[in-house]
Amino acid sequence: MSHYLVLSSLLFTIGAVGVLTRRNAIVVFMCVELMLNATNLAFVSFAKLHGNLDGQIIAFFVMVVAAAEVVVGLAIIMTIFRTRRSSSVDDANLLKY
Amino acid sequence: MVTFWILAVVSVAAALGMIFQKKAVYSALLLAIVMLCLAALYAVQDAPFLALVQVIVYTGAVLMLFLFVLMLVGVSTTDSLVETISGQRLWAGIAGLGFGGLLVFGFGSAVFSEDVGLAAANAEGNVVGLARLIFGRYVFAFEVTSALLITAALGAMVLAHKERARPKATQRELSEERFKSGTHPGNLPASGTYARHNAVDMPALLPDGSVSELSLNPVLTGRGDDPAERHTDLGGVSEAEAIEEDLKAVQETQQ
Repeated sequence: MSHYLVLSSLLFTIGAVGVLTRRNAIVVFMCVELMLNATNLAFVSFAKLHGNLDGQIIAFFVMVVAAAEVVVGLAIIMTIFRTRRSSSVDDANLLKY
Repeated sequence: MVTFWILAVVSVAAALGMIFQKKAVYSALLLAIVMLCLAALYAVQDAPFLALVQVIVYTGAVLMLFLFVLMLVGVSTTDSLVETISGQRLWAGIAGLGFGGLLVFGFGSAVFSEDVGLAAANAEGNVVGLARLIFGRYVFAFEVTSALLITAALGAMVLAHKERARPKATQRELSEERFKSGTHPGNLPASGTYARHNAVDMPALLPDGSVSELSLNPVLTGRGDDPAERHTDLGGVSEAEAIEEDLKAVQETQQ
């Protein structure tokens, strides 16, 4: 049981370090996806531990929300890229103009 | 257990590669490996529905969307190595190690009860069990999800929409612009079509018999090789001589 959670926490940590260090907005976004996936693994593991399917349902909802988030997030990245010709998170330091 | 260790090593290695890889496309492909490994881990843990949804939604839809956007933004975009905040990488690494250590040792020392297992919950089949919960206890959350998806789709459409800066030019405006530009408004003269030659690398002839430079393809003339080698019908003579022969033949018929 605990080894699944250790794997999940390792993946979550790697994703968090990626969010902190990478500058490309798309890669930052992929790291966020990695963190979401890591939590899903923990949910599925806990579902097996407790012997009910609620954990799997939550993981399913996380996937739905992640899909919606990706659509909007990538659209925002595209809009910023169109105006600034850059996808670096350092360049988008003003909310307007 | 063997499955777990293989997949765990592969997924952690791929995740590490993802954050250290300079090119965003490689990061996306490594993320695909992590997601496929997680799908297999779900399948091992009695969650076949989630395993398939993981493959279809994450590796199928979300990652392809990432690759599409990478294609639009430019595949070759790499991270700049300049740190905006000095020492950010170092401190992020230290914070990551601390956070990871905290989680790993926390879970490592926690005492878990024995796995209950999903044999009872999956008695009717995993999909049926999930459906009973989604359309039963979680039906309200499920309905709210539909509103979320519609909002996300609308938001993406609004963000991706681009207003025209000026109205679309009509055919009349395009034509006027072309004539006012002062350069030759019509088509360029077509390359030579003679009695004996019909090829794009043969120049068109002006009424006085001279060669029209406009009709020559700049790429073909830039190659600088001898057209006599490409055309067997030139009879081994150079282009200019062949043209002269053609002209002579035409003048003779007119006399």
